[in-house]
Order: sequence, then C-alpha cells, then structure tokens
Amino acid sequence: MTTATDVTTTYEAPPRTEVGVLGWLKHNLFGSWFDTILTFVSLGLLYVILVPSVRWAVTKANWRAITTNILILIHGPYPQTQDYRVFIAIGIIVAMGIASVFIYRGKSTRSRQVMTLIWAISPFFIWYLLAGFEGSTILPLVEYSKWGGLLLSFILAIFGILASFPIGVLLALGRQSNMPIIKWMSTLYIEVVRGVPFITVLFMAQVMLPLILPPDVRVAGMFRAMVATALFSAAYLAENVRGGLQAIPKGQYEAADALGLSTFQQMYFIVLPQALRTVIPPIVGQFIGLFKDTSLVAIVGLLDFLKVSQSILSQAGFLGAQKEVYLFAALVYFVFSFAMSSASIRLEKQLGVGQR
Amino acid sequence: MSEYIIECRGVKKWYGEFQALKGIDFAVKKGEVIVILGPSGSGKSTFIRTINRLEEHQAGDIFVNGVELNNDVRNIAEIRKEIGMVFQQFNLFPHLTVMDNITLAPIWVRKWDKPTAERKAMELLERVKIPEQAYKYPGQLSGGQQQRVAIARALAMEPEIMLFDEPTSALDPEMIKEVLDVMIDLAKTGMTIIAVTHEMGFAKTVADRIVFFDYGLIVEENTPDKFFTDPKHDRTKLFLSQILH
Ligand SMILES: Nc1ncnc2c1ncn2[C@@H]1O[C@H](COP(=O)(O)OP(=O)(O)OP(=O)(O)O)[C@@H](O)[C@H]1O
Ligand SMILES: [Mg+2]
Repeated sequence: MTTATDVTTTYEAPPRTEVGVLGWLKHNLFGSWFDTILTFVSLGLLYVILVPSVRWAVTKANWRAITTNILILIHGPYPQTQDYRVFIAIGIIVAMGIASVFIYRGKSTRSRQVMTLIWAISPFFIWYLLAGFEGSTILPLVEYSKWGGLLLSFILAIFGILASFPIGVLLALGRQSNMPIIKWMSTLYIEVVRGVPFITVLFMAQVMLPLILPPDVRVAGMFRAMVATALFSAAYLAENVRGGLQAIPKGQYEAADALGLSTFQQMYFIVLPQALRTVIPPIVGQFIGLFKDTSLVAIVGLLDFLKVSQSILSQAGFLGAQKEVYLFAALVYFVFSFAMSSASIRLEKQLGVGQR
Repeated sequence: MSEYIIECRGVKKWYGEFQALKGIDFAVKKGEVIVILGPSGSGKSTFIRTINRLEEHQAGDIFVNGVELNNDVRNIAEIRKEIGMVFQQFNLFPHLTVMDNITLAPIWVRKWDKPTAERKAMELLERVKIPEQAYKYPGQLSGGQQQRVAIARALAMEPEIMLFDEPTSALDPEMIKEVLDVMIDLAKTGMTIIAVTHEMGFAKTVADRIVFFDYGLIVEENTPDKFFTDPKHDRTKLFLSQILH
C-alpha cells in the first residue's frame, strides 16, 4: 500500500511523444491523416505564393519609388522645412509608449497616475507642436490643408477612436434608457448613421457643418473629416457596447441597487467595466476598420496616406511602380492593423476576458 | 416614531395582469428575526424585494425606519443604505476583488475613506472566516465562500436590516452549514433579519417569528414553536407535511 506522501511526491515523466518538438509537431501538424494532408497542402501553397513574391521583391522591384518619397508618404505636403516637428511628435509618442510599458507594469501608483496624465495632455501638446502659432518664428503656422500622408491618416484614426468612444458609450446607454425621448433619439441616430455609407457622412460633414456653424467660422476640411469619422464610428461603437451591456446579468444591477449605488456609480463601477471588457474584440475590429476607412477621405480632397501613395505614380520616374507602391501601402496598413489586433489580444489576456 | 423598523400596510404588486402580492400587512421590530416560508411562486421573493425597492409596489404603504418608500429617490437611497441584501445567486461583482466588492459601497455611498473601509472589510472577512481570500476574485472562490463574501459585502454598509433570499439554495450541501453558521451568528448579535429560507434548522434555532406565504398573501404567522407543532391553516399543514416528509 502506498502512503499519502508517495502519492504526492512521486510522478512519472510524460511520454516523449507528448512534449517538446515531437509533441508539438504531433499535436499541431500531424495529429491525424487529415491534419497531415492539410499541413502539406498549406506548405505547398505558401511555396507557390511566397517564393516568387519574395524573389520579385528582392531582385526586380524598384523600391526607390518608396525611398525617395518616404517623407511625402509620412506627412504629405507638410512643408519640409518644418517637418522636424512631425518627427519630434513621433519621437514623443514612441518615448511615451516605451515609458508606459515600464510604468504600467511597475508598482508605483503615483508614477502611473502621472503617466496617465501625460497621455491625457499629450494630444493638445502635439497638436500645437504640429499646427504652430500665428506669427511665431519658432513654430510658424502650418495650414491644415498641408497635413497629409500617414500623419493625416493617424490623426483621423486616433481622433475618431478617442472621440467616438465616449459618444458611442453614451448612445448605447441612451438606447437602453427608460426615458423614451432619449431612447428614440439614440436609436434614430444609430440606425440612420449605420444605414448610410461612410462616404455619405463625409460629404454631409463637408456640406452640413458650415450650415450649423456661424457663417464667419471656416472649418478646415480635415476637421470636417475628423467630425465625420467620429460621428460615424460612434454609431457602430454604440451597437457593440450595447451587445456588452446585454450580457450583464440582471443580478449585477440588483446587487448594485441593493448596496445603494447611484445609477451613475452603478454604470461606472459595475456595468461598463464588465460590458466593455466583453466587447474588446469587436471594438478593436471596428477601430481597425476605422483606420483603414480613413483612406476614403481622399474623396473629399484630403491627402491621406493612400492618396499620397497614389500620387507617387504620377511622378515622371515612377510611372509604372504600381506594384511597389500598392504593396508598400498594403504592408503599412497591415502592420498597424496587426499591431492593434495583437495589442487587443494582450489587453484581453490582462483583463482576463473569458475567465470569470 | 413607531415601534416598528419595518411597517407594511396592504402592499400589492402586479406583474402585468398577474397579481403577485394581494395585500400584505406586516411589521418587524428592531432586532427581530423573521423567516418567510411558502411554496414556490407564492410571492416570497417579490415581497422582500419590495422592501428595498428592487420591485416597486403599486398599492399600500411601506415604511422603513419611519421613512416612506415612494417614488422619491432620496427616500429610496436613504432606505437602501439601511438594508443589506443577500441573493440566492450571490451576485458578487466578478471583475472586482473580494476586498473591492466589499469596500465599493462604503467608500462611494457612505463616503468612508479607503483605509477605514478596508479595515472594516478585513474585520468582516474575519467574522465570516475567510480573511485569507481578501485579494482573490469571486470566480476563484467556492460557492460557500462567495456567499460569505456577499454577506460581508452587505454588512459593510452597516445596515440596520438584512434581507436574505434563499441564501443557501444554490449551494452544495457541504457548504450550506458554513453560510448558515454565519447567519446564525448574525442573528444572535441582534441584527434585524428577514430571511426566505427552507433551512428549518435556522428557522427553529433563531427565528422569532415564521411568516407563511401562499398565493401572494400571508396565510399564517407564529412563533417557530407554535408554527411547527400547531399550524392553524390547512395550507400550512399541507406545506409542512411536504417539507418535513
Ligand atoms: N419579473 C416577473 N415578471 C412576471 N412575473 C413574475 C416576475 N417575477 C415573479 N413573477 C411571478 O410572481 C409570482 C411570485 O414570484 P416570487 O419570485 O416572488 O415567488 P417565490 O415565492 O419567491 O418563489 P420561489 O420559492 O420559487 O423563489 C410567481 O408566480 C412568478 O411567476
Ligand atoms: Mg424566490
């Protein structure tokens, strides 16, 4: 008879075919006959597609179309004498990103609060760095019509995301509200916006915004596009958030009520944190879509990343460089979209989505 | 002021066409322990949930601590502060640690500072015998432990009254006792308690009164002794014969 200590202190090593490289291969690639066939078919396809592409990219492709135009791709017609400001802005954001990785993993609540504050004020700071001031010699004004390229695409996407978030959450709560007028207005807004293409909203913003604002205020096309992006995205965000709200059990509301929390506290501490957590994947998916949709603003005359990429094709030296230019543009969109997607997966893990 | 901490007169409640409460007259003195019994669907949950306005009553009056429960949100807030509630399904907040579950309302409703709230939370966790779980998440605890956290969470607001709605019905048999022990201790400290429960042990040891519901009415109420040994009403007798075999 074995004693209790025997049972807990001795163990057998798992079979060799279950662990290590062999185990991995067995589980992931050759688990069954069907898996094995799929593995080989996939490898074959990869070979057929990748090998010629890579060969073209390293031997035939003329990447000078990209390298000579890299500044234009980054910031469009932003004046080159001033473009160090763009790079300072990028530097600041990268620095904040790196600092955040350490600070948010660290223990100090104080430095975390400071970091959050820095993030909160940085957009204004960066904005003035890029836009400059009337009559200033150090930071002369750069007109908004000169903002372009990846810079413009990013500004539209980031503003769209930041502004649509609170609007979308409010709309979602509005649609769930007991007050009929708020409920109808929210529902109407959401359904109307979701019922029209983004391009329509872009045109509407070009035409309508000047009608709403006082006549002497002239709004740059970029702002109109920013507003359009945010308002469009908010409607979709509202529906995603609503999905999350519906997943919250009634008992959570009752417990919060019974404890005497106010409606606001109940939303802020109990309902929204849980609802938003469950909808991180669709929301990030939506934001990736938003980022790519910023390429549509070219239609209202803005020079976003895709538009300036295309403009390279009309330069005398690069008339036939379609492949290089579009491949590069696709790659850039992919890299940033993929980064967002992986960040969201990391965030989900950290917040423990799926585990209760 | 009235000698009763809770007073209900002719409380009625409808769900659409269906009348769940048909005129409840009921009063509780400070420190009393009341057990509510009755068949499924008789309106037990509906009734205790009207006391803290999780359900709205449509006729009759309810006073808690002399404050009338009506549409005035200040009154509702006032009354909810004084009433703790424990649910069958625990209803802990899964995204918050045990500590945060307990301290949230004291900090934001009672406006205590954080250290005070946390000290009080630790005391309560000692009292329900799980201080070592303070920084875990509800999902990491057993059902019995979760329900004890839920009790601690309700007590943290220092309520005058505690409502329990079948607190042990969702628990495995071996965990029922640990929750009942906590409830019995609480009853002995002089807390005013209204509990819907089919745990006859609890009813017999600590209840001052048993109230029997059927079809949305109080059919009979009496001390546990008399209620179990000498039930007056036929439906009470039938019910008792069913649950006591
Ligand atoms: N939200 C609701 N909508 C419609 N009817 C309801 C609702 N809640 C309860 N009822 C009905 O009201 C009656 C009383 O329900 P209640 O939950 O109070 O019963 P109970 O005595 O607590 O029963 P149980 O022992 O099963 O918990 C039942 O017939 C039930 O179907
Ligand atoms: Mg019930």
